[in-house]
Amino acid sequence: MMQGLVIRDLVKEYVPGKPVLRGIKLTIEAQGITAVIGPSGTGKSTLLRCINRLVEPTQGEIRLNGEDLVPLKGHALRMARRRIGMVFQEYNLVERLSVMENVLSGRLGYVSFWRAWLRRYAEEDIARAFELLEAVGLPEQATRRADALSGGQRQRVGIARALMQRPELLLADEPTSSLDPRTAIEIMELMTGLSTSARVPLIVNIHNVDLARRFAQRIIGMAGGEIVFDGPPEHLEASHLRQIYGGEDWL
Amino acid sequence: MNALMREWQRFTPAERIGRWAAYFIIVLALIWALRGIEIIPEFLADAPEQMLDLLARMWPPHLGHYHPAVHEALVETLHIASLGTLFSFIFAVPLALMAARNICPYAWLNTLAQLALVTSRSVNSLVWALIFVAIFGPGAAAGTFAIAFRSIGFVGKLLAEALEEISPGPQEALRATGAPDSHVILKGVWPQISPAFWGVALFRWDINIRESAVLGLVGAGGIGVVLDDAINFFQWDRVATILLAILGIVILAEILVTKLRARLI
Repeated sequence: MMQGLVIRDLVKEYVPGKPVLRGIKLTIEAQGITAVIGPSGTGKSTLLRCINRLVEPTQGEIRLNGEDLVPLKGHALRMARRRIGMVFQEYNLVERLSVMENVLSGRLGYVSFWRAWLRRYAEEDIARAFELLEAVGLPEQATRRADALSGGQRQRVGIARALMQRPELLLADEPTSSLDPRTAIEIMELMTGLSTSARVPLIVNIHNVDLARRFAQRIIGMAGGEIVFDGPPEHLEASHLRQIYGGEDWL
Repeated sequence: MNALMREWQRFTPAERIGRWAAYFIIVLALIWALRGIEIIPEFLADAPEQMLDLLARMWPPHLGHYHPAVHEALVETLHIASLGTLFSFIFAVPLALMAARNICPYAWLNTLAQLALVTSRSVNSLVWALIFVAIFGPGAAAGTFAIAFRSIGFVGKLLAEALEEISPGPQEALRATGAPDSHVILKGVWPQISPAFWGVALFRWDINIRESAVLGLVGAGGIGVVLDDAINFFQWDRVATILLAILGIVILAEILVTKLRARLI
Protein backbone atom coordinates (compact mmCIF):
# COMPACT_ATOMS: atom_id res chain seq x y z
CA MET A 1 0.00 0.00 0.00
CA MET A 2 1.35 3.35 -1.04
CA GLN A 3 1.49 5.93 1.76
CA GLY A 4 0.76 9.56 1.00
CA LEU A 5 -1.31 11.07 -1.76
CA VAL A 6 -1.24 9.81 -5.35
CA ILE A 7 -3.18 11.70 -8.01
CA ARG A 8 -3.47 10.22 -11.49
CA ASP A 9 -4.89 11.83 -14.62
CA LEU A 10 -7.16 14.15 -12.66
CA VAL A 11 -9.50 16.13 -14.92
CA LYS A 12 -12.13 18.63 -13.80
CA GLU A 13 -14.52 20.33 -16.19
CA TYR A 14 -17.09 22.72 -14.68
CA VAL A 15 -18.37 23.25 -18.22
CA PRO A 16 -18.11 20.22 -20.53
CA GLY A 17 -15.23 20.63 -22.94
CA LYS A 18 -13.51 23.35 -20.90
CA PRO A 19 -11.22 21.56 -18.47
CA VAL A 20 -9.89 23.51 -15.49
CA LEU A 21 -7.56 20.66 -14.57
CA ARG A 22 -6.03 18.83 -17.54
CA GLY A 23 -4.82 15.45 -16.37
CA ILE A 24 -2.91 16.26 -13.17
CA LYS A 25 -0.34 13.65 -12.11
CA LEU A 26 1.10 14.17 -8.66
CA THR A 27 2.55 12.10 -5.83
CA ILE A 28 2.94 13.61 -2.38
CA GLU A 29 4.69 11.72 0.36
CA ALA A 30 3.23 11.09 3.78
CA GLN A 31 5.01 14.11 5.25
CA GLY A 32 6.48 17.46 4.32
CA ILE A 33 5.16 20.77 3.11
CA THR A 34 4.17 21.25 -0.50
CA ALA A 35 3.25 24.67 -1.87
CA VAL A 36 1.12 25.02 -5.00
CA ILE A 37 1.71 28.32 -6.80
CA GLY A 38 0.12 29.73 -9.90
CA PRO A 39 -2.05 32.60 -11.19
CA SER A 40 -5.67 33.03 -10.10
CA GLY A 41 -8.09 30.82 -12.00
CA THR A 42 -5.54 28.21 -12.91
CA GLY A 43 -7.19 25.45 -10.88
CA LYS A 44 -5.21 25.47 -7.61
CA SER A 45 -8.35 25.68 -5.49
CA THR A 46 -10.13 23.16 -7.69
CA LEU A 47 -7.23 20.73 -7.26
CA LEU A 48 -7.37 21.02 -3.47
CA ARG A 49 -11.16 20.74 -3.38
CA CYS A 50 -11.10 17.66 -5.60
CA ILE A 51 -8.98 15.93 -2.96
CA ASN A 52 -11.62 16.23 -0.22
CA ARG A 53 -14.40 16.15 -2.80
CA LEU A 54 -15.87 19.57 -2.08
CA VAL A 55 -15.60 19.62 -5.87
CA GLU A 56 -16.48 16.53 -7.90
CA PRO A 57 -13.63 15.40 -10.15
CA THR A 58 -14.70 14.71 -13.73
CA GLN A 59 -12.26 11.82 -14.07
CA GLY A 60 -9.09 10.44 -12.62
CA GLU A 61 -7.90 8.83 -9.44
CA ILE A 62 -6.95 10.31 -6.06
CA ARG A 63 -5.47 7.82 -3.62
CA LEU A 64 -4.89 8.75 0.02
CA ASN A 65 -2.78 6.11 1.78
CA GLY A 66 -3.92 3.61 -0.82
CA GLU A 67 -7.67 4.30 -0.91
CA ASP A 68 -9.18 5.87 -4.04
CA LEU A 69 -11.34 8.83 -2.92
CA VAL A 70 -13.01 9.55 -6.26
CA PRO A 71 -15.69 6.80 -6.29
CA LEU A 72 -16.66 7.31 -2.60
CA LYS A 73 -20.22 8.28 -1.74
CA GLY A 74 -22.29 9.01 1.37
CA HIS A 75 -20.95 7.43 4.55
CA ALA A 76 -17.67 6.27 2.99
CA LEU A 77 -17.02 9.78 1.64
CA ARG A 78 -17.61 11.31 5.08
CA MET A 79 -15.24 8.76 6.63
CA ALA A 80 -12.59 9.81 4.10
CA ARG A 81 -13.20 13.53 4.73
CA ARG A 82 -12.64 13.03 8.45
CA ARG A 83 -9.05 12.09 7.62
CA ILE A 84 -8.43 15.32 5.66
CA GLY A 85 -8.25 18.68 7.42
CA MET A 86 -8.77 21.94 5.54
CA VAL A 87 -7.88 25.56 6.22
CA PHE A 88 -9.69 28.22 4.16
CA GLN A 89 -8.84 31.65 2.82
CA GLU A 90 -11.88 33.26 4.44
CA TYR A 91 -11.43 31.15 7.61
CA ASN A 92 -15.03 29.83 7.24
CA LEU A 93 -15.68 29.89 10.97
CA VAL A 94 -19.24 29.86 12.26
CA GLU A 95 -19.32 33.48 13.35
CA ARG A 96 -21.97 33.26 16.03
CA LEU A 97 -20.44 30.29 17.81
CA SER A 98 -17.68 30.49 20.41
CA VAL A 99 -14.06 29.79 19.55
CA MET A 100 -14.29 26.55 21.53
CA GLU A 101 -17.31 25.33 19.59
CA ASN A 102 -15.62 26.19 16.32
CA VAL A 103 -12.61 24.11 17.27
CA LEU A 104 -14.79 21.25 18.50
CA SER A 105 -16.72 21.28 15.23
CA GLY A 106 -13.63 19.57 13.79
CA ARG A 107 -15.02 16.49 15.57
CA LEU A 108 -18.47 16.69 13.96
CA GLY A 109 -17.64 13.68 11.80
CA TYR A 110 -17.29 11.63 14.99
CA VAL A 111 -20.01 12.76 17.41
CA SER A 112 -23.70 11.87 17.26
CA PHE A 113 -26.32 14.50 16.39
CA TRP A 114 -27.71 14.57 19.93
CA ARG A 115 -24.31 14.98 21.52
CA ALA A 116 -23.53 17.81 19.10
CA TRP A 117 -26.91 19.40 19.83
CA LEU A 118 -26.53 19.19 23.60
CA ARG A 119 -22.85 20.18 23.29
CA ARG A 120 -21.81 17.01 25.11
CA TYR A 121 -18.45 16.48 23.45
CA ALA A 122 -16.12 13.81 24.86
CA GLU A 123 -13.81 14.88 27.69
CA GLU A 124 -10.73 14.03 25.64
CA ASP A 125 -11.99 16.11 22.71
CA ILE A 126 -12.42 19.12 24.99
CA ALA A 127 -8.97 18.56 26.51
CA ARG A 128 -7.48 18.36 23.02
CA ALA A 129 -9.30 21.50 21.93
CA PHE A 130 -7.76 23.39 24.86
CA GLU A 131 -4.32 21.99 23.95
CA LEU A 132 -4.75 23.11 20.35
CA LEU A 133 -5.95 26.56 21.37
CA GLU A 134 -2.77 26.85 23.40
CA ALA A 135 -0.70 25.58 20.49
CA VAL A 136 -2.16 28.19 18.12
CA GLY A 137 -1.65 30.95 20.69
CA LEU A 138 -5.23 31.56 21.79
CA PRO A 139 -5.36 30.00 25.25
CA GLU A 140 -7.57 32.72 26.75
CA GLN A 141 -10.06 33.04 23.91
CA ALA A 142 -12.08 29.82 24.21
CA THR A 143 -15.34 31.47 25.24
CA ARG A 144 -15.19 34.46 22.88
CA ARG A 145 -17.44 34.53 19.88
CA ALA A 146 -15.63 33.93 16.58
CA ASP A 147 -16.89 37.22 15.12
CA ALA A 148 -15.07 39.10 17.90
CA LEU A 149 -11.66 37.92 16.66
CA SER A 150 -9.20 39.56 14.25
CA GLY A 151 -8.37 37.93 10.90
CA GLY A 152 -5.14 36.38 12.17
CA GLN A 153 -6.88 35.01 15.28
CA ARG A 154 -9.68 33.56 13.15
CA GLN A 155 -7.20 31.73 10.96
CA ARG A 156 -5.57 30.32 14.10
CA VAL A 157 -8.97 28.94 15.09
CA GLY A 158 -9.35 27.56 11.56
CA ILE A 159 -6.03 25.72 11.93
CA ALA A 160 -7.03 24.37 15.36
CA ARG A 161 -10.34 23.13 13.90
CA ALA A 162 -8.56 21.30 11.07
CA LEU A 163 -6.04 19.69 13.46
CA MET A 164 -8.88 18.70 15.78
CA GLN A 165 -9.73 16.06 13.16
CA ARG A 166 -6.29 14.42 13.73
CA PRO A 167 -6.00 14.44 9.94
CA GLU A 168 -3.76 12.28 7.79
CA LEU A 169 -3.50 15.15 5.33
CA LEU A 170 -3.84 18.90 5.78
CA LEU A 171 -5.01 21.13 2.92
CA ALA A 172 -4.77 24.92 3.06
CA ASP A 173 -6.42 27.04 0.36
CA GLU A 174 -4.78 30.48 0.26
CA PRO A 175 -4.63 30.59 4.08
CA THR A 176 -2.78 33.92 4.17
CA SER A 177 -4.33 35.87 1.30
CA SER A 178 -6.73 37.81 3.55
CA LEU A 179 -4.02 38.70 6.09
CA ASP A 180 -1.40 41.44 6.41
CA PRO A 181 2.21 40.45 5.55
CA ARG A 182 3.37 39.99 9.13
CA THR A 183 0.36 37.96 10.21
CA ALA A 184 0.69 35.93 7.01
CA ILE A 185 4.20 34.87 8.02
CA GLU A 186 3.08 34.08 11.57
CA ILE A 187 0.24 31.92 10.26
CA MET A 188 2.54 30.07 7.85
CA GLU A 189 5.05 29.47 10.66
CA LEU A 190 2.33 28.15 12.92
CA MET A 191 0.75 25.92 10.30
CA THR A 192 4.00 24.44 9.00
CA GLY A 193 5.31 23.99 12.56
CA LEU A 194 2.21 22.20 13.79
CA SER A 195 1.84 19.97 10.74
CA THR A 196 5.52 19.01 10.92
CA SER A 197 5.38 18.14 14.62
CA ALA A 198 2.17 16.15 14.05
CA ARG A 199 3.81 14.47 11.00
CA VAL A 200 0.89 15.45 8.79
CA PRO A 201 1.68 16.27 5.18
CA LEU A 202 0.54 19.80 4.26
CA ILE A 203 -0.47 21.01 0.82
CA VAL A 204 -0.87 24.76 0.69
CA ASN A 205 -2.11 26.91 -2.19
CA ILE A 206 -0.40 30.23 -2.05
CA HIS A 207 -0.13 33.39 -4.13
CA ASN A 208 3.00 34.64 -2.50
CA VAL A 209 6.06 33.05 -4.13
CA ASP A 210 8.41 34.25 -1.38
CA LEU A 211 6.31 32.62 1.32
CA ALA A 212 6.20 29.42 -0.74
CA ARG A 213 9.99 29.41 -1.08
CA ARG A 214 10.48 30.16 2.60
CA PHE A 215 8.20 27.50 4.08
CA ALA A 216 7.83 24.68 1.56
CA GLN A 217 10.18 21.79 0.83
CA ARG A 218 8.56 21.29 -2.52
CA ILE A 219 6.93 23.70 -4.93
CA ILE A 220 4.39 22.80 -7.58
CA GLY A 221 3.89 25.47 -10.24
CA MET A 222 0.58 25.40 -12.12
CA ALA A 223 -0.46 27.20 -15.28
CA GLY A 224 -3.46 26.60 -17.50
CA GLY A 225 -4.65 23.63 -15.48
CA GLU A 226 -1.36 21.75 -15.74
CA ILE A 227 1.71 21.28 -13.58
CA VAL A 228 4.60 23.12 -15.21
CA PHE A 229 7.11 23.03 -12.36
CA ASP A 230 7.71 20.47 -9.66
CA GLY A 231 10.79 20.63 -7.47
CA PRO A 232 12.47 22.06 -4.39
CA PRO A 233 12.43 25.86 -3.89
CA GLU A 234 16.13 26.16 -4.84
CA HIS A 235 15.33 24.96 -8.34
CA LEU A 236 12.60 27.52 -8.96
CA GLU A 237 14.11 30.01 -11.43
CA ALA A 238 12.88 33.22 -13.03
CA SER A 239 12.27 31.24 -16.22
CA HIS A 240 9.85 28.98 -14.37
CA LEU A 241 8.00 31.96 -12.89
CA ARG A 242 7.70 33.42 -16.40
CA GLN A 243 6.20 30.16 -17.54
CA ILE A 244 3.80 30.01 -14.56
CA TYR A 245 2.61 33.60 -14.44
CA GLY A 246 3.43 34.80 -17.96
CA GLY A 247 5.12 38.11 -18.88
CA GLU A 248 8.33 39.25 -17.26
CA ASP A 249 8.04 42.92 -16.38
CA TRP A 250 6.94 42.03 -12.85
CA LEU A 251 9.99 39.90 -12.09
CA MET B 1 -25.48 74.08 -33.71
CA ASN B 2 -28.59 76.13 -33.21
CA ALA B 3 -28.98 77.33 -29.60
CA LEU B 4 -32.66 76.36 -29.67
CA MET B 5 -31.73 72.74 -30.23
CA ARG B 6 -30.23 72.62 -26.73
CA GLU B 7 -33.63 73.01 -25.09
CA TRP B 8 -34.11 70.18 -22.57
CA GLN B 9 -37.37 68.39 -21.89
CA ARG B 10 -38.03 65.80 -19.22
CA PHE B 11 -40.28 63.65 -21.40
CA THR B 12 -40.46 62.86 -25.09
CA PRO B 13 -43.85 63.58 -26.77
CA ALA B 14 -44.63 59.86 -26.82
CA GLU B 15 -43.91 59.60 -23.10
CA ARG B 16 -46.19 62.57 -22.43
CA ILE B 17 -49.06 60.97 -24.31
CA GLY B 18 -48.45 57.76 -22.39
CA ARG B 19 -48.56 59.57 -19.05
CA TRP B 20 -51.82 61.36 -19.91
CA ALA B 21 -53.32 58.06 -21.01
CA ALA B 22 -52.30 56.50 -17.68
CA TYR B 23 -53.93 59.33 -15.69
CA PHE B 24 -57.08 59.01 -17.80
CA ILE B 25 -57.27 55.26 -17.15
CA ILE B 26 -56.81 55.77 -13.39
CA VAL B 27 -59.67 58.30 -13.28
CA LEU B 28 -61.89 56.00 -15.34
CA ALA B 29 -61.14 53.08 -13.00
CA LEU B 30 -61.99 55.25 -9.97
CA ILE B 31 -65.35 56.26 -11.44
CA TRP B 32 -66.12 52.67 -12.36
CA ALA B 33 -65.28 51.52 -8.80
CA LEU B 34 -67.40 54.24 -7.19
CA ARG B 35 -70.37 53.23 -9.33
CA GLY B 36 -69.72 49.63 -8.38
CA ILE B 37 -70.02 50.06 -4.61
CA GLU B 38 -73.52 51.54 -4.97
CA ILE B 39 -73.47 54.25 -2.35
CA ILE B 40 -76.96 55.10 -1.19
CA PRO B 41 -76.98 58.92 -0.88
CA GLU B 42 -79.36 59.00 2.10
CA PHE B 43 -77.20 56.56 4.05
CA LEU B 44 -74.08 58.55 3.18
CA ALA B 45 -75.73 61.76 4.35
CA ASP B 46 -76.62 60.54 7.84
CA ALA B 47 -73.42 58.52 8.33
CA PRO B 48 -71.85 61.01 10.78
CA GLU B 49 -75.09 61.04 12.79
CA GLN B 50 -75.20 57.23 12.89
CA MET B 51 -71.56 57.07 13.95
CA LEU B 52 -72.12 59.49 16.85
CA ASP B 53 -75.19 57.51 17.87
CA LEU B 54 -73.14 54.28 17.91
CA LEU B 55 -70.39 55.87 19.99
CA ALA B 56 -72.99 57.19 22.43
CA ARG B 57 -74.43 53.69 22.80
CA MET B 58 -70.92 52.34 23.41
CA TRP B 59 -70.18 54.91 26.08
CA PRO B 60 -69.63 54.15 28.90
CA PRO B 61 -68.20 50.66 28.22
CA HIS B 62 -69.82 47.98 30.37
CA LEU B 63 -66.57 46.97 32.11
CA GLY B 64 -68.37 44.65 34.51
CA HIS B 65 -68.99 42.46 31.49
CA TYR B 66 -65.21 41.80 31.24
CA HIS B 67 -65.21 39.13 33.91
CA PRO B 68 -65.62 36.24 33.26
CA ALA B 69 -66.96 35.98 29.69
CA VAL B 70 -64.60 38.37 27.88
CA HIS B 71 -61.61 37.36 29.96
CA GLU B 72 -62.03 33.68 29.15
CA ALA B 73 -62.48 34.44 25.46
CA LEU B 74 -59.36 36.59 25.54
CA VAL B 75 -57.30 33.79 27.08
CA GLU B 76 -58.68 31.42 24.46
CA THR B 77 -57.56 33.87 21.78
CA LEU B 78 -54.05 33.86 23.25
CA HIS B 79 -54.05 30.05 23.25
CA ILE B 80 -55.20 29.95 19.62
CA ALA B 81 -52.49 32.41 18.58
CA SER B 82 -49.68 30.70 20.50
CA LEU B 83 -50.57 27.11 19.58
CA GLY B 84 -51.26 28.12 15.99
CA THR B 85 -47.83 29.78 15.74
CA LEU B 86 -46.17 26.71 17.25
CA PHE B 87 -47.97 24.30 14.88
CA SER B 88 -47.13 26.44 11.88
CA PHE B 89 -43.41 26.03 12.65
CA ILE B 90 -43.69 22.24 12.57
CA PHE B 91 -44.63 22.49 8.89
CA ALA B 92 -42.87 25.74 7.99
CA VAL B 93 -39.33 24.72 9.02
CA PRO B 94 -39.13 21.59 6.80
CA LEU B 95 -40.82 23.47 3.95
CA ALA B 96 -38.34 26.35 4.30
CA LEU B 97 -35.42 23.92 4.21
CA MET B 98 -36.88 22.34 1.08
CA ALA B 99 -37.55 25.71 -0.56
CA ALA B 100 -34.06 27.13 0.03
CA ARG B 101 -31.99 26.42 -3.07
CA ASN B 102 -28.67 26.43 -1.21
CA ILE B 103 -29.88 23.79 1.27
CA CYS B 104 -31.97 21.52 -0.95
CA PRO B 105 -30.31 20.80 -4.30
CA TYR B 106 -33.40 19.31 -5.99
CA ALA B 107 -35.14 21.91 -8.15
CA TRP B 108 -38.45 20.03 -8.18
CA LEU B 109 -38.54 19.99 -4.36
CA ASN B 110 -37.78 23.73 -4.25
CA THR B 111 -40.71 24.38 -6.57
CA LEU B 112 -43.03 22.03 -4.67
CA ALA B 113 -42.20 23.64 -1.32
CA GLN B 114 -42.62 27.13 -2.74
CA LEU B 115 -45.98 26.13 -4.20
CA ALA B 116 -47.09 24.86 -0.78
CA LEU B 117 -45.96 28.11 0.85
CA VAL B 118 -47.76 30.26 -1.71
CA THR B 119 -50.94 28.20 -1.32
CA SER B 120 -50.88 28.73 2.43
CA ARG B 121 -50.44 32.49 2.01
CA SER B 122 -52.98 32.93 -0.75
CA VAL B 123 -55.84 31.79 1.51
CA ASN B 124 -56.90 34.32 4.13
CA SER B 125 -57.11 33.29 7.80
CA LEU B 126 -60.88 33.77 7.76
CA VAL B 127 -61.21 31.43 4.79
CA TRP B 128 -58.96 28.85 6.45
CA ALA B 129 -61.18 29.24 9.54
CA LEU B 130 -64.33 28.57 7.50
CA ILE B 131 -62.72 25.43 6.09
CA PHE B 132 -61.62 24.15 9.51
CA VAL B 133 -64.98 25.00 11.12
CA ALA B 134 -66.49 22.74 8.48
CA ILE B 135 -64.00 20.00 9.39
CA PHE B 136 -63.74 20.26 13.19
CA GLY B 137 -66.97 22.06 13.94
CA PRO B 138 -67.04 25.49 15.58
CA GLY B 139 -64.51 26.16 18.34
CA ALA B 140 -60.93 26.91 19.22
CA ALA B 141 -59.51 23.86 17.39
CA ALA B 142 -60.67 25.28 14.05
CA GLY B 143 -59.17 28.65 14.96
CA THR B 144 -55.83 27.12 15.91
CA PHE B 145 -55.55 25.26 12.62
CA ALA B 146 -56.64 28.30 10.64
CA ILE B 147 -53.88 30.37 12.29
CA ALA B 148 -51.34 27.61 11.78
CA PHE B 149 -52.14 27.09 8.10
CA ARG B 150 -52.10 30.79 7.29
CA SER B 151 -48.78 31.22 9.15
CA ILE B 152 -46.97 28.36 7.39
CA GLY B 153 -46.62 30.36 4.18
CA PHE B 154 -45.49 33.52 5.91
CA VAL B 155 -42.99 31.86 8.25
CA GLY B 156 -41.76 29.43 5.59
CA LYS B 157 -41.15 32.15 3.02
CA LEU B 158 -39.22 34.39 5.43
CA LEU B 159 -37.17 31.48 6.77
CA ALA B 160 -36.38 30.27 3.26
CA GLU B 161 -35.18 33.78 2.36
CA ALA B 162 -33.02 33.93 5.50
CA LEU B 163 -31.58 30.51 4.62
CA GLU B 164 -30.72 31.61 1.09
CA GLU B 165 -28.81 34.62 2.42
CA ILE B 166 -26.44 32.75 4.73
CA SER B 167 -22.76 32.54 3.91
CA PRO B 168 -21.78 29.18 2.36
CA GLY B 169 -18.28 29.15 3.90
CA PRO B 170 -19.08 27.59 7.29
CA GLN B 171 -21.18 24.84 5.65
CA GLU B 172 -18.32 24.04 3.29
CA ALA B 173 -15.87 23.91 6.21
CA LEU B 174 -18.07 21.57 8.25
CA ARG B 175 -18.73 19.31 5.26
CA ALA B 176 -14.94 19.13 4.82
CA THR B 177 -14.58 17.74 8.37
CA GLY B 178 -16.75 14.77 7.37
CA ALA B 179 -19.85 15.98 9.22
CA PRO B 180 -23.17 14.54 7.97
CA ASP B 181 -25.78 16.95 6.55
CA SER B 182 -27.78 16.97 9.81
CA HIS B 183 -24.70 18.16 11.72
CA VAL B 184 -23.91 20.75 9.06
CA ILE B 185 -27.41 22.19 9.41
CA LEU B 186 -27.19 22.11 13.21
CA LYS B 187 -23.78 23.77 13.56
CA GLY B 188 -23.25 25.58 10.26
CA VAL B 189 -26.71 26.75 9.22
CA TRP B 190 -28.76 27.14 12.42
CA PRO B 191 -26.36 29.57 14.17
CA GLN B 192 -26.52 31.78 11.08
CA ILE B 193 -30.32 31.93 10.89
CA SER B 194 -31.26 31.82 14.57
CA PRO B 195 -31.67 35.62 14.87
CA ALA B 196 -33.96 35.61 11.82
CA PHE B 197 -35.82 32.58 13.18
CA TRP B 198 -36.66 34.18 16.53
CA GLY B 199 -37.48 37.46 14.84
CA VAL B 200 -39.96 35.76 12.50
CA ALA B 201 -41.46 33.65 15.32
CA LEU B 202 -42.14 36.67 17.53
CA PHE B 203 -43.43 38.80 14.67
CA ARG B 204 -45.83 36.08 13.52
CA TRP B 205 -47.07 35.48 17.07
CA ASP B 206 -47.79 39.20 17.32
CA ILE B 207 -49.74 39.12 14.02
CA ASN B 208 -51.56 35.95 15.06
CA ILE B 209 -52.92 37.53 18.23
CA ARG B 210 -54.58 40.20 16.08
CA GLU B 211 -55.79 37.71 13.48
CA SER B 212 -57.20 35.25 16.01
CA ALA B 213 -59.28 38.06 17.52
CA VAL B 214 -61.51 38.11 14.44
CA LEU B 215 -61.70 34.35 13.79
CA GLY B 216 -64.65 34.06 16.18
CA LEU B 217 -66.77 35.95 13.64
CA VAL B 218 -66.91 32.73 11.62
CA GLY B 219 -67.21 30.54 14.71
CA ALA B 220 -63.58 29.54 15.13
CA GLY B 221 -63.33 30.38 18.82
CA GLY B 222 -61.67 33.17 20.77
CA ILE B 223 -62.81 36.68 21.57
CA GLY B 224 -64.40 37.12 18.14
CA VAL B 225 -67.28 34.84 19.23
CA VAL B 226 -68.10 37.12 22.14
CA LEU B 227 -67.76 40.16 19.90
CA ASP B 228 -70.12 38.67 17.32
CA ASP B 229 -72.71 37.86 20.00
CA ALA B 230 -72.55 41.33 21.50
CA ILE B 231 -73.02 42.94 18.07
CA ASN B 232 -75.93 40.63 17.20
CA PHE B 233 -77.67 41.55 20.47
CA PHE B 234 -76.94 45.27 19.96
CA GLN B 235 -75.11 45.37 23.31
CA TRP B 236 -72.87 48.23 22.26
CA ASP B 237 -71.48 48.88 25.74
CA ARG B 238 -70.26 45.27 25.75
CA VAL B 239 -68.82 45.68 22.25
CA ALA B 240 -66.81 48.65 23.56
CA THR B 241 -65.44 46.53 26.43
CA ILE B 242 -64.40 43.80 24.04
CA LEU B 243 -62.73 46.24 21.63
CA LEU B 244 -60.82 47.77 24.57
CA ALA B 245 -59.74 44.27 25.69
CA ILE B 246 -58.44 43.48 22.18
CA LEU B 247 -56.59 46.81 22.07
CA GLY B 248 -55.07 46.04 25.47
CA ILE B 249 -53.84 42.57 24.53
CA VAL B 250 -52.41 43.78 21.22
CA ILE B 251 -50.46 46.54 22.99
CA LEU B 252 -49.23 44.09 25.62
CA ALA B 253 -48.10 41.62 22.95
CA GLU B 254 -46.32 44.40 21.09
CA ILE B 255 -44.41 45.45 24.22
CA LEU B 256 -43.50 41.85 25.07
CA VAL B 257 -42.32 41.10 21.53
CA THR B 258 -40.18 44.25 21.40
CA LYS B 259 -38.54 43.40 24.73
CA LEU B 260 -37.92 39.75 23.82
CA ARG B 261 -36.51 40.64 20.42
CA ALA B 262 -34.01 43.04 21.98
CA ARG B 263 -32.91 40.22 24.29
CA LEU B 264 -32.75 37.43 21.72
CA ILE B 265 -31.15 39.11 18.74
